[in-house]
Amino acid sequence: MRDFEFEAPATLDAAVALLAEHNGTARPLAGGTDLIDHIRTERLTPDVVIDIKKIPELNILEHSADGLRLGAAVSCSRIATDETIRQQYSALADSASIIGGIQIQNRASMGGNLCNAGPAADSTPSLIALGANCVIAGPNGRREVPVESFCVTKGQTVLERGELLVEFKFPARPSGSGSHYRRFIPRNEMDIAVVGVGASVTLDGDTISDARVSLGAVAITPLLAHEVNDALIGKPATDETYKASGEVARSIINPITDMRGTREFRIHVTGVLVERVLREAVARAKS
Amino acid sequence: MSSKRIVTCTVNGREESFLCKPQQTLLEVLRDELDLTGTKEGCSNGNCGACTVLMDGKPVVSCLVLAVECEGVELETIEGVADHGHLAPVQQAFLENAALQCGICTPGFIMSTKALLRENPNPSEQEIRFYLAGNLCRCTGYDKIIRAVQDTADHKIA
Repeated sequence: MRDFEFEAPATLDAAVALLAEHNGTARPLAGGTDLIDHIRTERLTPDVVIDIKKIPELNILEHSADGLRLGAAVSCSRIATDETIRQQYSALADSASIIGGIQIQNRASMGGNLCNAGPAADSTPSLIALGANCVIAGPNGRREVPVESFCVTKGQTVLERGELLVEFKFPARPSGSGSHYRRFIPRNEMDIAVVGVGASVTLDGDTISDARVSLGAVAITPLLAHEVNDALIGKPATDETYKASGEVARSIINPITDMRGTREFRIHVTGVLVERVLREAVARAKS
Repeated sequence: MSSKRIVTCTVNGREESFLCKPQQTLLEVLRDELDLTGTKEGCSNGNCGACTVLMDGKPVVSCLVLAVECEGVELETIEGVADHGHLAPVQQAFLENAALQCGICTPGFIMSTKALLRENPNPSEQEIRFYLAGNLCRCTGYDKIIRAVQDTADHKIA
């Protein structure tokens, strides 16, 4: 592999200073499951690799009345086995338990998954559906960006030089809410989503009082499907509502044809998945 | 040129210190510096699981870990599985079930199996298949591997 320097700062300030100092030639290392392969294939050629796993803020996993704080470097296996996440933020646990195999889940983080800005990232639709905000630290202080605005295009994010994604902040889950993430792949495990759908719903009796649906692998970045949310809010939680929402989802996406599926297939599958994901999210909201 | 670092960690219960460059993977250091060639290189990009080792008890693919990340960690490799020259039950079960042919994937499967049975001593077939999804085998068709894992679980020891 190409030569690079390695740093493992213990504080956020030190990491931001290192990133700023190397002015675009440094890359943060969390689980390394994408970064190390990208360096090996020279898709990325950093002069400095900065291991951020020793920084406490990036490893936080904290539940409070305000919601959930999730460090950008927390591994998928820690997310998938956290009992409160499984209960209250179940879409996150769904994503964390299907990214790669066990070996990848023990290293890979949702921060890394998001920063790669892949259209088919399995954690991003869940982050969007659950209303997560990205906390970003940089040379000019901190700022927050909603996850749905974080990816600018394929492989590109809002991060400026010297900036680091620190953590995700999720609002507290209202009572009567449920969430789910599901993807279509031709195998059972270890594959990249042909289409991925995340959804969070809140019920008031049998009426959907709030909904956030996110669609992955059907546009250049994962989408927050405003039109689908509008088609759900105020409607009864019934199969007809889910089917109509699936139709709306089909009408707002712009998928490509590639080796994983044709544009037409992706449009079809999106509708099917939206229905199924909503049905499961509602079932979880009721349980 | 980046300079070499000294890394100290525990490998199969023994403290080891080695010199490595930042770009050397754990897989390279295990095989080329520590002469632990039981860990195999398959795809080198994290898909096949042949190079699986346990890092602080958790399976990782050593081709996607930098050796410099291993300061202070506890590593377990296939070399630490047998007990003074006697096959461990998981190894015996793989042998008796003919759960290997060419053998390149076997060290990785055995390390993943050890971690699985520590976490879940009585896994269902579905749980076994899900946990071992990150280990690929092109010889056996997997059924023999699943039976070997079930046999090991039945004997309640990995």
